[in-house]
Amino acid sequence: MNVENLIKMANDIGTFFEAMPNREQATRDVATHIRKFWEPRMQKSLIAYLGTHGDETLKPIVRDALREIHPA
Amino acid sequence: MDTTHHPHDVDYGTPASVSEKLVTLEIDGFEVTVPEGTSLMRAAVEAGTQIPKLCATDSLEPFGSCRLCLVEIEGRRGFPASCTTPAEAGMKVRTQSPKLADLRRGVMELYISDHPLDCLTCSANGDCELQDMAGTVGLRDVRYGYEGLNHLKDQADTSNPYFTYDPSKCIVCNRCVRACEETQGTFALTISGRGFESRVSAGESQAFMDSECVSCGACVDACPTATLMEKTVIEAGQPDHSVLTTCAYCGVGCGFKADMKGSEVVRMTPWKDGKANEGHACIKGRFAWGYTTHKDRILKPMIRSKITDPWQEVSWETAIGHAASEFRRIQNKFGVDSIGGITSSRCTNEETYLVQKLVRASFGNNNVDTCARVCHSPTGYGLGQTYGTSAGTQTFKSIEKADVILVIGANPTDAHPVFGSRMKKRLREGARLIIVDPRKIELVSAPHIKADYHLQLRPGTNVAIVNALAHVIVTEGLLDQQFIDERCDKEAFNYWRDFVASDNNSPEALESMTGVPAHLVREAARLYATAGNGAIYYGLGVTEHSQGSTAVIGIANLAMATGNIGREGVGVNPLRGQNNVQGSCDMGSFPHEYPGYRHVSDDATRTLFEKDWGVSLRKEPGLRIPNMFEAAMDGTFKGLYCQGEDIVQSDPNTQHVIAAMEAMECIVVQDLFLNETAKYAHVFLPGSSFLEKDGTFTNAERRISRVRKVMAPKAGLADWEATVALSNALGYPMHYKDPSEIMAEIARLTPTFSGVTYEKLDQLGSVQWPCNDAMPEGTPLMHIDHFVRGKGRFLITQYVPTHEKVTPKFPLLLTTGRILSQYNVGAQTRRTENVQFHEEDRLDIHPQDAAERGIQEDDWVGITSRAGETVLRARVTERMQPGVVYTTFHFPESGANVITTDNSDWATNCPEYKVTAVQVVKVKHTSEWQENFHEFNETQLRLLKEKVVTTEAAGTR
Ligand code: SF4
Ligand code: SF4
Ligand code: SF4
Ligand code: FES
Repeated sequence: MNVENLIKMANDIGTFFEAMPNREQATRDVATHIRKFWEPRMQKSLIAYLGTHGDETLKPIVRDALREIHPA
Repeated sequence: MDTTHHPHDVDYGTPASVSEKLVTLEIDGFEVTVPEGTSLMRAAVEAGTQIPKLCATDSLEPFGSCRLCLVEIEGRRGFPASCTTPAEAGMKVRTQSPKLADLRRGVMELYISDHPLDCLTCSANGDCELQDMAGTVGLRDVRYGYEGLNHLKDQADTSNPYFTYDPSKCIVCNRCVRACEETQGTFALTISGRGFESRVSAGESQAFMDSECVSCGACVDACPTATLMEKTVIEAGQPDHSVLTTCAYCGVGCGFKADMKGSEVVRMTPWKDGKANEGHACIKGRFAWGYTTHKDRILKPMIRSKITDPWQEVSWETAIGHAASEFRRIQNKFGVDSIGGITSSRCTNEETYLVQKLVRASFGNNNVDTCARVCHSPTGYGLGQTYGTSAGTQTFKSIEKADVILVIGANPTDAHPVFGSRMKKRLREGARLIIVDPRKIELVSAPHIKADYHLQLRPGTNVAIVNALAHVIVTEGLLDQQFIDERCDKEAFNYWRDFVASDNNSPEALESMTGVPAHLVREAARLYATAGNGAIYYGLGVTEHSQGSTAVIGIANLAMATGNIGREGVGVNPLRGQNNVQGSCDMGSFPHEYPGYRHVSDDATRTLFEKDWGVSLRKEPGLRIPNMFEAAMDGTFKGLYCQGEDIVQSDPNTQHVIAAMEAMECIVVQDLFLNETAKYAHVFLPGSSFLEKDGTFTNAERRISRVRKVMAPKAGLADWEATVALSNALGYPMHYKDPSEIMAEIARLTPTFSGVTYEKLDQLGSVQWPCNDAMPEGTPLMHIDHFVRGKGRFLITQYVPTHEKVTPKFPLLLTTGRILSQYNVGAQTRRTENVQFHEEDRLDIHPQDAAERGIQEDDWVGITSRAGETVLRARVTERMQPGVVYTTFHFPESGANVITTDNSDWATNCPEYKVTAVQVVKVKHTSEWQENFHEFNETQLRLLKEKVVTTEAAGTR
C-alpha cells in the first residue's frame, strides 16, 4: 500500500478527533476509527513502515492511537 | 393492490381536499360525505357518477373554462361549473337534466367545429377525452361547417424528440399551461392571442426545443387530446396493459406505470399514487428508456485472457465457470484477500445483497464496496454518529410543511427533478429559501422563486459556513434549549456549544476563507432558526469533500440545535444521487458492515449471519474501492467482480484507476454495455435492465418500492441469477428461485426490514424502513420521540482547509456536477435522444476569468490539475463566481476525472470531486490523455467487433 497516502489518511483522521476536548477519548476514537474502517493490510503497512522509518510524519494523536492498536 | 392496471385510472377532476371537516350533500339523489373544500365534480365521482369535463383534471387546480361540467343546484340560479364550485352541507345537486344536456351539446358542438374529424387515424384514438365527451354528451351533428375560420391547417411542432405539439387539435383547455406551472414549476407555456386566435405557445412563440421547456412531459400527460402526444404512442399505438414499477435513474425513485403492448414498452406514465412522485416525472424517467433496447447492448457473455485479445462469445456456463476458476486460481496464488466485488446503486436491493453475500460467504473476505463510496458514504458516517442511523429523516411530502428550506450543495432541479418540482411548489406558496452553493443554481432565481439568501461560498468551505451558522445560532440565543435538554446528550452539547461560540467560528472570522459576507451568514442563520419549520436538503456538494463527513455532522448539529427534527416540515435530508444508493448502503455493501449497518466485528451479528449462511465470516473490515486500487498497485489485489458500475469513468484520478485495472488479472464486469471499465475486463456478463427483472429499489426517503419485470431478460439471465450462478460455480451454493426469496432472507436477518415482504409492497405500494413489528406499515418520519441512538450527539466540527490549494500554477478551483438530461456516467442517457439536450460536457467559466485568458464561448480550453489534463469547450457564464470553474462528467471522452485527484474524505475515503485546483488555457488540440483514450477506445471497439463466436455460444440465447 502507498504509505504516503496512508499517512495522509491517518493524519486527517487525527485532525478531526484532535479538536475534541477529551484527549484520551479522542485518541481512543482515532484507534477505533482505524480499527473499524481500515482493512488489516492497510493497518499493517502503516505500522511496518513506522517500525523502519520512525513516526515523525504522524500527528502525536495518531501515534498514540496506533500504539493502542498494536502495542510495541 | 392490483399491480397491473388498465392504462386509464379514475380522474377525480380536481385535487383532493385535505380538510378534516366533513360535509354531507346529495348528488342525483345519493348522499355523499366529503372533506370541506371538495369540488362538486370530485364529490360526484365519490358518489359514483362522472360529470362531463374537459379543462379539469385531478392533478391541477380547477380553471373553469370549458363550461362542460355545468350542474344545477336546488335553490340556486344558473348553471355553475362543478369543477370550481365547492361542495356545501345540505346541497342538492343535479348532474343531468334536459337543459344541462342541451348546454353541454352546444359546448361540444363549438369545440368539434374547429377540430379535425380524423378520430379513426388519430394517435389518441381510445385515449381522447374530447372523443369521450362527444360520446358522453350525445353529440350527433355539428351545425357549423369547416368553411369558417379554423386551425385545421396549423403545422405541428415536432422539435422535441419525445413528443409533438399539433395545434390543429388543441381545444385551448389550458391544462398543459397549468401542468407546466403547477406540477413542474417551469412556466414554459402560455396561451398566446385572444379569442379565436388563442393557441398554446412555448416560450415566446418558439419551438418547444428552443423554449424554456425541460421536457418533463407533465403537459403531455395533462393534455386531454392528441395535441401533445408522445412520439412512441404515435408510432406504436395505445398500450394494452400496464405494469407498476420504479424509475431506475435518480434517488427520487418515482413510481411509474410501464404502458405495454405485449412485451414492448410504448410509454412510461408516472404513477398517480406513487408516494415519491405523486404522478410527476422528469425527462429521464418518463422518456429516456430507449437505451434498454439500444443496439449497443451486449447480449451474450464474453471472455478473453488479455485485454489486448479479441473477445470470445461463450455460453453463460463457460463464462461463469471461467470467472470462478480464475477467482480461485488468484486466491490460491495471492491469498484469500486478493479478490473482491463492487455492487452498484443502479442494481436492486436483492442484487446488491447477493453480491455482498457472495463476497463474504463465497470469496471468504469482506472486500465488497459500492459506488455509494464515491457519493454518500459521508452521510452514512455523519448521520450514524450523530443520530444513530444512516438515512434521511423525512418523507418528500414533508416539504409541504416546511417554512424555511436550507439547500446545501445540492441542485435538485437538475439532479432530483421531481423532488425539485415539489420543492418549488412549496417555495411558490411562500416558504423561505437559503442556498449554500458556489454556483448560482437554478433555484437561486427561478420563475416565481427567489432565494432569500444565496451564500455563494468558495468550494471546500462548507464546514466553515456550517460552523458560522451555528455560531450565530448559539451566540444570538437562537437555540431550541428545550429540545436539546430533552433529546440530546448534555455533555456533548456543552462541548459543541463552547466550540462554535468561539470567535474563530464567527461569520466575520471565517469570511476571508468562505468568501461569504458575514452579515449574510448572520441573517441566514436567524432565518433558519426562527422562521418556523426548518428543513435541510443537501447533496454531493456536501459529501464529496475532504471534510464531507464533518460537514454532514455539522448539518446534523444545526438541526438538533434548532429543534428541527422529529416532525413534519423539518429534518435532515440527503438527496441521494442514483436510484438505489440508499438501498445499496442498507444492504451491507460497505466492507465494514452487514445489512442494516451492523459492523462486521460485532459478534452477535456475525454469528447470526454465520448461522444463516452456514459459513464462518471474517471480523475485520475489507477494502474500500480506493483501497482496492491501492492494493492492486501493490500487487495484493488481483481479481474484481464489478456489477453495474463504471469505476473507470466515475472514480477520480482516472489514470491511477486505469493503472490499477491493468495490474489486475481477472476483472469480471456485469453491465448492459461495454462501458469504460469493461474495456479493461476479462469476463463480460451481460446485464439486465430494470424492465427485465423483479426486485426493489429504496429511494432517498427510505422508501422501498417494487421493480417489476415487464419483459424477459434479453440476455437470458437477470442480474441476480448471474450472481447465483457465479456463487454456485465457486462452490457456495445459492438456491433462490425468485427475488422474493432473497427479500425474505434480508427480512429475516435485518431488524429494520423484518416486516418487508413482496405481498406487503403489492398491498401498500411502498413502505419506508424501519418496517417491523413496531411499525408494520413502515416509518415515514424518523426520530420522533427519541433518536435512534438514544440521545442525539453533537460533535465538534473543526474546519480544516483541504490539501488541494490554489497556487499561481493552479489558480482556479474546479468543481463538478450533473445536469438534468444526463445521468451519471451517461451510459444509459447517452444512448437516448437526451443527447439532444446535452451533447457534450462543457467547462463553465466566469466572464472575468475567461477574459483574462482570452477565452470566448465555444473555445477549446485545456484544464490542467496536479493529476492530469483534459480539453473541453468553454461556456462563459455568470452562474459561476470568479475563480471557480465547473464541469459535468457524463461523457467518457471529456475526461473530467482525469483532472480530479486522490484527495478524499477523512472518514470514508469518499473522493473530493468538488475541489480541484486547476489552470485553464485556450488550446487548439485535445489533450494527450484524450488522444490515448481515443486510440484505446477504438482498439477496444474493434476487439468487440472482431469477437470470436464459439459454437456453444451460438447455440444459446
Ligand atoms: S414538457 Fe414540462 S417543461 Fe416542457 S412545456 Fe411541458 S410541462 Fe412545461
Ligand atoms: S395543448 Fe392540450 S392541454 Fe394544452 S390547451 Fe391544447 S388541448 Fe389543452
Ligand atoms: S426524478 Fe428521478 S426517479 Fe423521478 S423520473 Fe426523474 S430520474 Fe426518475
Ligand atoms: S371542467 Fe369545469 S369548466 Fe371545464
